[in-house]
Amino acid sequence: MMTKHQPWRRFLFLALFVSFFFYSASVYTSGTALNTAPPASDAALRGQTLFRENNCWACHQIYGLGGYMGPDLTNVIINPDLGPDYARLFIEEGTDRMPNFELSEAEVDDIIAYLEYAGAAGNYNPKKGEITWYGTVEYER
Amino acid sequence: MEQSNMNVNKSARTGINFVMLGLAALGGCVLLGILGAFKYLYPEALPGFEFHQLRPIHVSLAVSWIFLAAIGGIYHYLPNYCGIKLKWPESVDIHFWIFLGTGILILGAYLMGNFGGREYWAYPPSLSIPIFATWIFFGIHILLSMKQEKEPWPVYYWMWMTGIIFFLITFSEAYLYLIPFFNENVIRETTIQWKSYGALVGSWNMLVYGTAMFVMERISGNKKMAHNNEAFLLYILSFVALMVGWSHHIYAVPSATWIRMLGYAVSMAELAILAHIIWEWRKSLTPDQKHTHLISYRFIFASDIWVFLNLILAILMSIPAFNLFSHGTHITVAHAMGTTIGINTMILMGSVFLMVENLCGNRFAGWSRKWAGQGFWVSNVSLVVFLGALMIAGSMEAFIEWEDFYEKTEAVVPFLLAFSVSGIGLLGGLWMVVISALNMLMPVDPQEQTAPANAE
Repeated sequence: MMTKHQPWRRFLFLALFVSFFFYSASVYTSGTALNTAPPASDAALRGQTLFRENNCWACHQIYGLGGYMGPDLTNVIINPDLGPDYARLFIEEGTDRMPNFELSEAEVDDIIAYLEYAGAAGNYNPKKGEITWYGTVEYER
Repeated sequence: MEQSNMNVNKSARTGINFVMLGLAALGGCVLLGILGAFKYLYPEALPGFEFHQLRPIHVSLAVSWIFLAAIGGIYHYLPNYCGIKLKWPESVDIHFWIFLGTGILILGAYLMGNFGGREYWAYPPSLSIPIFATWIFFGIHILLSMKQEKEPWPVYYWMWMTGIIFFLITFSEAYLYLIPFFNENVIRETTIQWKSYGALVGSWNMLVYGTAMFVMERISGNKKMAHNNEAFLLYILSFVALMVGWSHHIYAVPSATWIRMLGYAVSMAELAILAHIIWEWRKSLTPDQKHTHLISYRFIFASDIWVFLNLILAILMSIPAFNLFSHGTHITVAHAMGTTIGINTMILMGSVFLMVENLCGNRFAGWSRKWAGQGFWVSNVSLVVFLGALMIAGSMEAFIEWEDFYEKTEAVVPFLLAFSVSGIGLLGGLWMVVISALNMLMPVDPQEQTAPANAE
């Protein structure tokens, strides 16, 4: 049997396997604790579900994660040059690159609540940051 | 290597249906990818199909190709090459039909605009239940079967086992957003989503690298290469990368600094070791060994070249200062496509053609052999242009200060057009290879076949 011939390999597998769970538990808790943003409201959670159900992720990003056909939406609501009315116009009318999803007014409100909530948790604008000598970028997150 | 005259056992076709379905998924994946690329450039094209429908079909077919080819290889190699008797051989067909049925339902959901999930799993979450259930059964089946091995396990057994177990874990992790504790915190939800996708790629890399080690061992006949320390170093590094290497996805997410720094600290040593193993293996082969498995050999060697090229980009992307600029640009797409097509697909094609060359022997000749050889070159040359265009477009997006998103999008159109046109070449090349392999594998009849020459 493999265990008879390869005890150190079995031990190594088990050690890494257990480490994975400890590491994951740290990520789930202290690594992702929100310090500044308020918890998601019911409207934001409904908006998050709508975002998934309409596969907005195929074209848009939050914190640079998602598809690239449309812009990143992390700070679209809190950006004074854009804001909720700007976002509402796009969602309700669509563009040549984005279909009109025929959402109700309440659903549009929920999506805007989700985007506001996502943006309140941090900033995504590394190009405004400062590159350090050891290869990181310092910017207000 | 000469074909043996041994009589075939009933398992000669085991796993072949998975491989054929995987090849069909790859053919569909590249077609949908090209349609998606032109839809991106010309949104008014293809009325009735939206980009947000085409992209998840393309992604799901790519993931399906990788898993189906790897699963098919494991089912096929264990009984036919490794002398392992599958515990429940009749369950393989059940697994196949459930996978196919679920795939059709997922495709239907996408076409009807019925989503609900995220990224790799954009379909309604309930459709993951049959995938999850059959994977548990597949895992138990393969582990119990491999446990019959009397000798110390070769590294590819360890890799397959780890890949199978961690697919289940990361697949489950991808659905943690269904639990309020995870969903009600956007930083946690986003971080864990991308942790799960990164670790998922780590789990399929385990299956694919294991397959690469198996194919190289069988072509060379050198059993030591799957037992030596370097092979196990690759395994350990792949395991560590699976655990922490995903964090380059989330440098931009305001999670704890230690998560991001740990990812930065973990180098791309995993790819470097793989490249070295393939390079050493290539040097050890005799001309006769190369000739007997010429097509399989070419694909594995091509994967080595792509490993080197992707390694450079991967190392750059692990540096936060580069990553934060390149993230959300077509550089990331080049990284994803370069590894999926250049490394994973080339290795898995090496595995497919090991089966073809051993199962079909002299029957693998004529147009099928010619198409496989020509398709290899057409796809690889197209891939160079394809990735080059993506890199230029991505670099412009990343390192030039644009007024707004639309100005940036317009500026990169010529390069995305070059990317799309070279994608047609990639489509043609891969389809030639896929059709050649399907033509060879489809008529494989257990009663007419000879057992693999390099079976134990």
